[in-house]
Amino acid sequence: MAKILMKGNEAIGEGAVRAGCRYFFGYPITPQSELPHYLAKRLPEVGGLYLQAESEVASINMVFGAAGAGARVMTSSSGPGISLMQEGISYLAGAELPCVIVNMIRGGPGLGNIAPAQSDYFQATRGGGHGDYRVLVLAPSSVQEIIDLMQDAFDLADKYRNPVMLAGDGVLGQMMEPVILDDEIKPPSLPEKSWAATGRMGRDRKNLINSLYIVPENCEIHNLELGRKYAAMEESEQRWEDYHTEGAEMVLVAFGTAARVCKAVVDMFREEGRPVGLLRPITLWPFPWKRVSALADSVRCFLTVEMNMGQMVEDIRLAVNGKRPVRFYGRVGGMLPVARDVYREALKILDGGAD
Amino acid sequence: MFEAILIAGFGGQGVLSTGQLLAYAGMVEGKHVAWIPSYGPEMRGGTANCGVTISSRPISSPVVSEPTVLIVMNRPSLEKFQNSVVKGGIIFVNSSLIDLRASRNDVRVFYVPANEMAEELGSGKVANNIILGALIELTGVVSPGAVEKSLQEVLPPHHHKTIPLNLKALETGAKLVRNGQKT
Amino acid sequence: MKKVFTRPKSLKDMPFHYCPGCTHGIVHRLVAEVIDEMGIFDRAIAVAPVGCSVFCYEYFDCDAYQASHGRAPAVATGIKRVLPDRVVFTYQGDGDMAAIGTGEVVHAAARGEKFTVIFINNAIYAMTGGQMAPTTLLGQVTTTTPYGRSREVNGCPVRMSEMLSVLDGSAYIARVSVHDPPNVARAKRAIRKAFEVQEAGLGFTMVEVLSSCPTNWGLSPLKALKWLEENMIPYYPLGEYKKPAEVG
Repeated sequence: MAKILMKGNEAIGEGAVRAGCRYFFGYPITPQSELPHYLAKRLPEVGGLYLQAESEVASINMVFGAAGAGARVMTSSSGPGISLMQEGISYLAGAELPCVIVNMIRGGPGLGNIAPAQSDYFQATRGGGHGDYRVLVLAPSSVQEIIDLMQDAFDLADKYRNPVMLAGDGVLGQMMEPVILDDEIKPPSLPEKSWAATGRMGRDRKNLINSLYIVPENCEIHNLELGRKYAAMEESEQRWEDYHTEGAEMVLVAFGTAARVCKAVVDMFREEGRPVGLLRPITLWPFPWKRVSALADSVRCFLTVEMNMGQMVEDIRLAVNGKRPVRFYGRVGGMLPVARDVYREALKILDGGAD
Repeated sequence: MFEAILIAGFGGQGVLSTGQLLAYAGMVEGKHVAWIPSYGPEMRGGTANCGVTISSRPISSPVVSEPTVLIVMNRPSLEKFQNSVVKGGIIFVNSSLIDLRASRNDVRVFYVPANEMAEELGSGKVANNIILGALIELTGVVSPGAVEKSLQEVLPPHHHKTIPLNLKALETGAKLVRNGQKT
Repeated sequence: MKKVFTRPKSLKDMPFHYCPGCTHGIVHRLVAEVIDEMGIFDRAIAVAPVGCSVFCYEYFDCDAYQASHGRAPAVATGIKRVLPDRVVFTYQGDGDMAAIGTGEVVHAAARGEKFTVIFINNAIYAMTGGQMAPTTLLGQVTTTTPYGRSREVNGCPVRMSEMLSVLDGSAYIARVSVHDPPNVARAKRAIRKAFEVQEAGLGFTMVEVLSSCPTNWGLSPLKALKWLEENMIPYYPLGEYKKPAEVG
């Protein structure tokens, strides 16, 4: 076991390599550049391939080809590039191909800026592209968690034959924290992919990677099957972290970088003996509504803190279902919430009566 | 213990790597650490700052919005960040490049002519480490031994020959504090 | 009775959906014959486009992919980079490859990706209803150029073979036609060469096939072939634009 100081973006790369990913196709964009830099150097060391594509559109379609051929494969980008990939992600979901897509979210809309944001929550959790589909979305909030979640990301992608998105932001990508890495990199043990289109090689039936169902009856069956898969994901894969939610009067809800800030806010309240806690969704989709719904029975109110104009708050309100007030505090455009400000906002709600 | 240290200056002044050295030393000592840079589209010559948090407890937020210690290597950084320092905190001002006094009177301010002192040692490049030495002596946030060990790890091998000079700079900064200089 | 003509093994036993007189069927057959004759069926992987030939993934009996519009070269890149010993080909029309997918094919060729593009140039978007394609000839009437393609409004048709042949990564580029039996035979030889160059690992390969679309051209199948010969070949000269020294 080695403890080293690592940047978040590099940790995504190392985590991917350790999870058995050997193919990366991508196009440069800030603020995720350290990841392609890292993999361009690292993948050849393990017999893998880093290929810089001519665009994000090409990247995601190269991922489509490599995933169809049975490889563990990933791409990464940020807001504008992820928007360009949406058609491809829809095809990946439709053809049920496993892959990992990293979005280090930046300020938007349009060119926006390169500062950290969480404004792609809707895009990530609602499918993003055309058609009725879901992408499993993981939101780490520390560099160690990035390493750990990369393994899960690839495993979940293979388990469900579905794209998995890792949603971070510039802060997570740029920050350095100690991570613990195994000295030995185990050779990846990948599940058998009997569906992969690898050339028939003596197989008695052909394999087809396809999302076209021209007959409406068949397309409906396909959608219903996908729906059952998403329901299974929703049943089994909701993940969250509770931080001092026991006996909490108010629960903050935040993910990723905003959750880090909120932990500091909870610490401030706890030092004063006030029962404030934090629920940190680790899966953004499926959203951990089971936990939110359970908390709604005991807490007085929720305050969701996001680096956007209020996106996850809609999921919280759906889960709370009117039982408790759900307030929102956000910073946008690449601005970070400051612990002191969130504390003041929370205090105002607590002392002013949540309702 | 808990220190949230903000180091700010021009790009190219080594602000980011000084922060990394400090964070690494904290990690070597088994403390919880986080390092976070500001980043901009300008690759060189713009303003640069980084936050380093070192704590005996898990670090909630890596974002240093209320530093306990501020190191400013240029005047814009002093003007921009001095009001964010917590009451009772510390500001190190690189007085070689900053002709302004800090306006806070509820914090301790140390004026260190870091560039001149570094030139005297033989290289202006170690100016940051003079202030770092003073910071370590004053706060004990990490031990000098941990910094020495971290230099081996943080510096690329072809720069290892500069380690003695860096150590000298750290010691010079430490002496400044030991001698009670607060000019 | 002796069987003198049969379906290539690489084609599935099912009727094509193509219109009467469409030359897709001929080109499908040529590709399938080459795969059979080279004995590469088990290693062959087809990438289908969006357009009339979208269902070619059904007709070719090898493993296959259906790519998004224009992106077949990117998909093929992903496949071939993971499985370098397979024979990968895309089958794309002029809208798919020469309009929306121009970026993908140019950069696949520039990188020297070792797969083969079968490029069907029939100077029109057929599946969506006969609109102007990047390869539509000047003056040609389509549903979106009802007064004929105008140089001022629409610019000039794109010559993809010429364009891709100047890239260092391309190894074999040929333009052929299937408007008469001698040209069909030549087209087959070009497809075979392209696959052989791919197998030799020499770089990107493409065969552009001038094809007819009687339905959207508003001509009978025979007149369409004549139109192709008289109008398309002068603008799109046939021949091998690039070939490696060691291949005949």
